[in-house]
Amino acid sequence: MSFDSFSDFLAMDGHGLYVWMSYAIAVVLFVINVVSPVMRRKQLVSELIRRMRREKNAS
Amino acid sequence: MNDMQTKEPVLNRDQTMVGLFLAVLKRDLLLSYRRRSDLVNPLIFFLMVATLFPLGVSPEPEFLAQVAPGVVWVAALLATLLSMDAVFRSDFEDGTLEQTLLSPQPLFVVVLGKVIAHWMLTGLPLTLLAPLLGVMLFLPEGGMTGLMLSLLLGTPTLSLVGAIGAALTVGLRKGGVLISLLVLPLYIPVLIFGTGAVQAAVTGLPLAGYLALLGAMLALGIVMAPLAIGAALRISVSG
Amino acid sequence: MAEKKKWMPRWFYQLASPRWSYEIMGKLLPWFAVAAASLLAVGAVWALLFAPADYQQGNSFRIIYIHVPSAILAQSCYMLMAVAGAIGLIWKMKVADMVAKSCAPVGATMAILALATGAIWGKPTWGSWWVWDARLTSMLILLFLYLGVIALNSAMESEATAAQATAVLALVGLVNIPIIKYSVDWWNTLHQPATFTLTERPAMPAEMWMPLLVMVIGFYCFFAVSLMMRTRNEILHRERRASWVRELIEKQ
Repeated sequence: MSFDSFSDFLAMDGHGLYVWMSYAIAVVLFVINVVSPVMRRKQLVSELIRRMRREKNAS
Repeated sequence: MNDMQTKEPVLNRDQTMVGLFLAVLKRDLLLSYRRRSDLVNPLIFFLMVATLFPLGVSPEPEFLAQVAPGVVWVAALLATLLSMDAVFRSDFEDGTLEQTLLSPQPLFVVVLGKVIAHWMLTGLPLTLLAPLLGVMLFLPEGGMTGLMLSLLLGTPTLSLVGAIGAALTVGLRKGGVLISLLVLPLYIPVLIFGTGAVQAAVTGLPLAGYLALLGAMLALGIVMAPLAIGAALRISVSG
Repeated sequence: MAEKKKWMPRWFYQLASPRWSYEIMGKLLPWFAVAAASLLAVGAVWALLFAPADYQQGNSFRIIYIHVPSAILAQSCYMLMAVAGAIGLIWKMKVADMVAKSCAPVGATMAILALATGAIWGKPTWGSWWVWDARLTSMLILLFLYLGVIALNSAMESEATAAQATAVLALVGLVNIPIIKYSVDWWNTLHQPATFTLTERPAMPAEMWMPLLVMVIGFYCFFAVSLMMRTRNEILHRERRASWVRELIEKQ
C-alpha cells in the first residue's frame, strides 16, 4: 500500500487532478467502446425484425 | 537464330512501354495546355497563401526570414493538394479511365505518365516560382538553392502520394475535402525534410543528407505509389 | 487447387464463412470479457494503490498505466487493420473486410486516449498541456490516419468498394508509418535538443512494470471484446439477407 489514508489516495501528493482525470477519460472511452456496439446491435436486430414482419405481411 | 527471335520482341516491348509513357505524358500535357486557366490557378493560390502570412502574422523581415522555409513549403504542399482532385476526374467522367483500365497496356506506366504530367504542370512551375516567394519573405540568399533543390525533389513525391488519394476518391462527388484528409498526414515526412533542407542551406550546413532522404522517398514513391494508384483506380471505377 | 489449400490452416478458410465467424466470436466473447474485466480491475487497483510512486515524478507517474497500453494498442490496432484489409483484398474474404472496418473506431479511441493522457501527464511533468514531443506528435499523426480511414469508409456508399478502398489506404499508411515515425523523431531532435522521455527509464523495478504488464494484457483483451462485438454487428448487417441470420433473429 503506498498511501496512508483515503484522502492521501485521492490527493496523490497534489497530482490527484491529473491522475484521476486520466483514469476518468479512460473509463469514459472504455464505456463508449462497449455501449456503442451494444446499441448498434439492438438497432440492427430491431431493424431486421421489422423487415421480416413487413415481408411476412406482404406475402 | 534463337537469340535473335527472343531478343526482338523484348526490344519491341521496351519501345512500346516508353512509347506508351510518352503518349500518356503528351496527351495530358496537351489537354491541360488547352485549358490554361487550370494551369495557372495553383500558382496564383501558391502566391496568395504566401502573401497571407506577412499580413496575418508579422511583416518583420527577421521574423519572416525565419519562417520562410516552412511557409513556402506549406504553400507548395497546399497548392499541389488543390490541383490533385483534377488528375483523374475528367478522365473518369468521360469514360476514358474505364477504357484505360480495360486496355492491355500496363496500368503502372499509364499512371506514372499521368502523375509525371501532373508534376510538370504544378510541381515544376511551383519550384520555378519559389525564388520569387523567397524574396518576398526575405529568405536569405544562401537558402535559395536549398529551396529550389528540395522542392524539385520533394514535389514529385507530393504528386505521387496525392494521386493515391485522388484515385481513391475519384468516384465520389465530394472528393475534394476528403483527399486532403487522406493525404495530408502522408505528406508530413516530405514537409519535414524539405524545410529541413532549406534551413540547413540558410545556416550553411551541408545539404546532401536531406536531399538524399528526399530522393530516397521519391524513389520509393515511384516504385510503390503507381501500384497503389492502379489498385485504387480499379476499385473506384468498378464500385 | 487442392494443394494450395494445405498451405493455410483449416480455420483460416473457416473464418471466411461469416456464419462460422459469427458463432465462434459469440463463444469467445464471454471469456474475453471476463478476462478483460478482471485484468483491468486488478491492474487498476494495483497501479493506483500498490505500485510505488516514482522518485522523480511522484504519483503523476501512475498515468503510465493508461498511457502506455493505449499507445501500444493504437499502433497494433492499425497494423491489424492493414493486415485484415490486405487479406480482404487478396483472398476477397468478407469477414476480413469487416474486421478491418471494426478496427478503425477502436484504434481511433485508443489513439485519443493515449493523446489525452499524454497531454495530462505533460502538465505536471513538463509544465504545459502540450509539448511537441516526438511520440505525442507521431501519435497525433496516427490519429489523423485513423480519421482518414474512417472518413473514406463512410464516404462510400457501396460496402464492398468502401472496404477495398480503405484497405488500400490502410496499407499505404502502414508503409508510411515507419517513415513518418523516423522523420518526426529526427525533426524532434532538431527542434528540442533536450528531449523529454515519458517511458524510457534505465531500470524500472518489478513492482512498477508488473501492473503495467497486467494492464497491457487487459487492454488487449478489451480490444478483442470491442472488436468482436463490432465485427458481429457488421456480419449481421451485411448478411441480413442470409437465411441463417433470419433464423437467428426468429429464435430471439
